[in-house]
Amino acid sequence: MRDMAGLDEGAPLFVQIAERLADEIADGGLVEGEQVPSTNELAAYYRINPATAAKGIAMLTEDGLLEKRRGIGMFVAAGARTRLLAERRKRFAERYVEPLVAEASRLGIDANELVSLIRDASHGQGGTTI
Amino acid sequence: MTPAISAAGLTRRYRDQLALDQVTLDLQPGSITGLLGRNGAGKTTLMRIVAGHEFASAGTVTVLGASPAENETVLRQMIFIREDQSYPDFKVRYAVQAASLFYPNWSHELAGALIEEFNLPLNRRIRKLSRGMRSALGIVIGLAARAEVTLFDEPYAGLDPVARELFYDRLLADYAEHPRTVLLSTHLIDEAAGLFERVVVIDRGRIVLNMAADDLRGAATSISGPAIAVAEFTGGRSVWDRRRIASQESAVVAGALDETDRARAAALHLRLEPLTLQQVVVRAAGASMASPAEKNAERTSA
Repeated sequence: MRDMAGLDEGAPLFVQIAERLADEIADGGLVEGEQVPSTNELAAYYRINPATAAKGIAMLTEDGLLEKRRGIGMFVAAGARTRLLAERRKRFAERYVEPLVAEASRLGIDANELVSLIRDASHGQGGTTI
Repeated sequence: MTPAISAAGLTRRYRDQLALDQVTLDLQPGSITGLLGRNGAGKTTLMRIVAGHEFASAGTVTVLGASPAENETVLRQMIFIREDQSYPDFKVRYAVQAASLFYPNWSHELAGALIEEFNLPLNRRIRKLSRGMRSALGIVIGLAARAEVTLFDEPYAGLDPVARELFYDRLLADYAEHPRTVLLSTHLIDEAAGLFERVVVIDRGRIVLNMAADDLRGAATSISGPAIAVAEFTGGRSVWDRRRIASQESAVVAGALDETDRARAAALHLRLEPLTLQQVVVRAAGASMASPAEKNAERTSA
């Protein structure tokens, strides 16, 4: 397979493009009000059809995360990062905690042990919130 | 919008063989379509008829709204680069020059850049070129023509992987700046998959799949794990393929999986692996007449 900057062939490419851009917005790599790469720039970087890249951008525009400024290009909408982070918090339990608990119970790790494992890992990452 | 290429009921018979069987196909202007299928499936015949190099036994084809056969207006806006393209025996330089005179959108700048990148020896006779170099010449002419309808039929015989990458990159870059209708037939699906907006799969002269490329990615999923669990999960689903070893089983189910399916698979300790575009196409093209894969493909392409 051709190197498509890490895109994989098992899921629609436009969805993956949208996810990559959303990740960048959530991480602060693209800040609100900043211009996002053009369709052709994305197509050249990921080595994909420009129409596919355009579809990824359109998906984020429909979600209100990007906005079009006529004649200039696409920009990160105001409040985009806050909204993304709120959505991810909502899905955090389902995406991360539930599979974690399922695997822990499969291995016979009880809730107390699991909590202390999480605490250790958090210390390891320099976290102070848990 | 008038389709760039439109075929209706296209049939081509060679004595006892049916090369094309009622092919109906519309390609919208400004798109890159992959024409995929096994050897002898009818890809080249279809392209030759579209290019006006050959006549259909029945049915019609129009290119940019008009019949392509002996129609100079259409022919100047369409280029067809074949596998092992043959040229009159003159120097590379003259082949490029002749093409530049024929195609009204010809870009000298692009031709020059490509000739340099592919290391084409301008003063060598075409007969003396290696197979790969001859393919490179076809690619240079096919891209620099910037023809509204660009047909590439397996254009890279003898080209090494580095040169093929170059071809894909330059095609994408020039297409982005100068959109046109590109139909590219290839066996190297995995390599070229990212280029395609649409995929048309032809098998034994018939179109068995005609879909947006992105709709095929993840359109089927391979499920593997304990045979009992696989049987439970796949019950009532359309299964394309099933393999078994000892207590383990692997099955391919059609249709995208939702969150509930994933949770259920996880609870059953099953591994899920979405099929790539190439894997889906191989199943569609290789399926026997009565298999679920082909039926599914026909249903979705309708």
